[in-house]
Amino acid sequence: MIRQYYPILIESLQVILVLLGGPLLVGWVRMLKCWTQGRRSAGLLQPMRDVTKLFVKETVLAENASWIFRSTPYIVFGATLMAGAIIPVVSADLPLAATADIIALVAIFALARFFTALAGLDTGTAFGGMGTSREMMVSSLAEPAVLMSVFTVSLVSHSTSLSHMVHELTTVSFVLRPSLAFALLAFILIAIAETGRIPVDNPSTHLELTMIHEAMLLEYSGRHLALIEWASMMKLFLFASLGIALFLPWGIAGIDDPGMLPVALVALAVKLALTGVFIVLVETGLSKMRIFRVAEFLGMAFLLASLGMLSYFILE
Amino acid sequence: MPSPFELVSASIIVFLCISLVSALFANRQSILVKLSSALSAAACLVAASGGFLSVLAGSTEAMVLPIGLPDMPFYMRLDPLAGFFVSIVGLLGFFVSVYSIGYLKGFLGRRSVTPLLVFYNIFMAGMLLVLVSDDAYFFMIAWELMAVSSFFLVFFEDEKVQNRRAAFIYILIAHIGAVLILLSFGIMAGFAAGFESFNGYTFSAMRSANMPAVWASIAFLLAFAGFAAKAGVIPLHVWLPEAHPAAPSNVSALMSGVMLKTAIYGIIRVGFDMMGTPQWWWGGLVLVLGLFSAVLGILYALMQSDIKKLLAYSSVENIGIILIAVGLSMMFAYLKLNTLAALAMVAAFYHMLNHAVFKGLLFMGAGAILHATHERSMEALGGLIGKMKWTAPLFLAGCLSASALPPFNGFVSEWLIFQSFLLTPALPGRLINLLIPLGAAALALTAALGARGFVKVFGITFLGKWRGRQGALVTEVDWPMRAGMLMAALSCLLLGIFPNLVIGWLDAVPASVVGGGIGETAKASGWLWLTPVAAERASYSAPLVFFWMVLVVGALYLIFRARGGTVRRAPAWDCGFEKMTSRMQYTATSMSMPTRRIFGFAFSIKEAVTVIGRGGSAIFPEKFLYRLKVRDHIWNFGYKPVSVASFWLARKVGRLQHGRIQIYLLYSFITLVVLLVFA
Repeated sequence: MIRQYYPILIESLQVILVLLGGPLLVGWVRMLKCWTQGRRSAGLLQPMRDVTKLFVKETVLAENASWIFRSTPYIVFGATLMAGAIIPVVSADLPLAATADIIALVAIFALARFFTALAGLDTGTAFGGMGTSREMMVSSLAEPAVLMSVFTVSLVSHSTSLSHMVHELTTVSFVLRPSLAFALLAFILIAIAETGRIPVDNPSTHLELTMIHEAMLLEYSGRHLALIEWASMMKLFLFASLGIALFLPWGIAGIDDPGMLPVALVALAVKLALTGVFIVLVETGLSKMRIFRVAEFLGMAFLLASLGMLSYFILE
Repeated sequence: MPSPFELVSASIIVFLCISLVSALFANRQSILVKLSSALSAAACLVAASGGFLSVLAGSTEAMVLPIGLPDMPFYMRLDPLAGFFVSIVGLLGFFVSVYSIGYLKGFLGRRSVTPLLVFYNIFMAGMLLVLVSDDAYFFMIAWELMAVSSFFLVFFEDEKVQNRRAAFIYILIAHIGAVLILLSFGIMAGFAAGFESFNGYTFSAMRSANMPAVWASIAFLLAFAGFAAKAGVIPLHVWLPEAHPAAPSNVSALMSGVMLKTAIYGIIRVGFDMMGTPQWWWGGLVLVLGLFSAVLGILYALMQSDIKKLLAYSSVENIGIILIAVGLSMMFAYLKLNTLAALAMVAAFYHMLNHAVFKGLLFMGAGAILHATHERSMEALGGLIGKMKWTAPLFLAGCLSASALPPFNGFVSEWLIFQSFLLTPALPGRLINLLIPLGAAALALTAALGARGFVKVFGITFLGKWRGRQGALVTEVDWPMRAGMLMAALSCLLLGIFPNLVIGWLDAVPASVVGGGIGETAKASGWLWLTPVAAERASYSAPLVFFWMVLVVGALYLIFRARGGTVRRAPAWDCGFEKMTSRMQYTATSMSMPTRRIFGFAFSIKEAVTVIGRGGSAIFPEKFLYRLKVRDHIWNFGYKPVSVASFWLARKVGRLQHGRIQIYLLYSFITLVVLLVFA
């Protein structure tokens, strides 16, 4: 009986984990950042408190905002949550994982970004347009790099379906491949750009001329802002887990393996905590780049990812 | 129950009759518009059903028409390959003809629509005849019928100098292409029945011809160059961004949506069907040119601020994507990997169907904007979403499809192409192995840049504030135009949500061309899951993606609704900026500024800022003039020298002409003497 419902249980567990994990991971990063910079932190739960506060606040809409602006937060949240139901976080036994393979996953993130970009233009303000233009510049270079990086992994594992990739990578004995090293390096660079972290973008800035992602969201308030903020926290969590699933999948429970779950949860927590440490080290050590340096940064990532795939075809 | 072939032939006859009748009733313009467009729509439906049934049954029918030159009757044939193209011509033709009922009303009282209606129907008939003709002679006649009728359609608004120029370039390149195709047919016919005989002119004779590899390659290259000129493959694309915007929008929809596909039909017909097995480097060449067209096409598109020009360049990009899949399929067919060849072929066909529908929709949308605002430049548009409540969401559906975003149709075909890349096994030869990752990289870049372009189109045109003249009256277009766009938008969604049905239907086409199919494996896990090879390799469930989005968005909306959250309207905040005017918004030019900076090497860009100050001095500026001129390098390096050289040559040759009869008689005399000496 329980066997039959096991995949559905895992799926629900995963959705809850993504919903809560996003704010927790962001809280952890902020906490670490406070410590490294010698400040007192507001605690692990502060992002959650921020989101709940925004949910009860009044929503103010710009006068000429259209239905695009109003529906964007819902679409962004829905798309991000769908990505959360697909990426194997603790177990490869996800019934919904077959809904979208890794290419479709990238496209689902692109769908969310498409609407966010439109929302930036919708109110007809100068900063909104600036944010859209910059965000689309970053994404038009980052998205192909993501695809190339994950293609290398899927060539190695002979699949583009995420849970099969994890299954393949964990069960087959480990071989160090040069192509995977290129892909991992590229993936780290892009994950920084895609989640809007320093040195590409700064999620906590509201300095007009340096904003990228935030500039598109300036006109949002109340529950709309809450949904978007929550979605972007989940996105950080998901990119971290995607990287883990692709490059460090050991510890993720295999198919039909409920005994492994507690270990998987602990492994996930440890890996995410270390990812947080990595993010904080990068963000404290570096400052934000000039906007047109970002193109070079992402061009390098694209090149690295293509090199990864090239070396798979030529060397392996 | 008439057979598919009878349906298609009937529709061709109806088109020709409508064209004739339109010419006769030229003095009843407003009735003519409705009647002629409605009849064309009906004829399109008949043609589409014929093509649909032919693919569904996988049947082939042939016929010999006893007209034409003595001993050279016209051969006609409808096989699944032709049937597929007939059905997309018919499908988009139906949407566009319904749309035309409303669109052409805009010309009433300004100019006669008779030439438009006459050539529109000849154009439709010409496209169908190209697809069903089965000999070189008839094919060339149909091809010319299509080219010339579309020339007159581009020429329709002939008072504008840029339209005349566009039509001239179009007909010039179309004819260079036609000559190359004719030469290719000549080679094939020669090897089929000997160079002294005329019997090799049928396609069936050419199919059985036994050609040496060198001549086969020459014939393929000639045909490919000729068809590539028609398809707008870079570097033969220059006519396309001139001619498509110049034509009336319903015609642009057809030209971009389906006329370009007839050229792809030609490439597949010659490369796969008439040549037998393609060489691997043919596939490589098609793939590389496809990659160039895709990447450069979308980069040029990003630079445009004229909606129709942007859409035209995006057609160059999509033709490139289709050629990528066709090229892959050729390489796989050469290597006898039939399933993979079928996968790439299905991806190509699916993308052709998708591109026909969404590009048709987008051109119809551009036409609706033009109809409502008389403006094509995005710099003078904005905020139309509030005024055109139907056009905006329909146009958005087209943009989402064109940007390859799920759950719309463009995504499915791009996904299939990516799958063909990833399933490629280790190929013999370093060079092909290099092509695969580079190709995947370029395709990924194209897809992402495409999204950027369509955010710009939709965002600048429909969102924000109106940038045009003060007090301009913009109203929504009438119902036939909305109906045409609505049907196309729904097709975009349905083709995206039910890929298994589509693949199951068109599986007969790759079966007849490359002898393989993916119809069985694609739906092996049920109608919900698209699994092109096997469930472990890759799967995608468009219905679930759609259902999930509807569910989550709906649930969230209902939760907030139930809680009764309030929404207050206030002026935009914009970091506390006051007195925002619509001139302070981002424009199409400023949106593409990062692209100009990053990919500037691909263009020749002339940018100049002039400061105009009081009394001619720049110290106290009053006005700034910003001038930007972006051209592609190909025009400057490829076409300009040729054009300059041919004018020079024409002037030199012109010296022979004196207008005096004695000198001409002398020429004849010299010619006769020369002939007598050498004969």
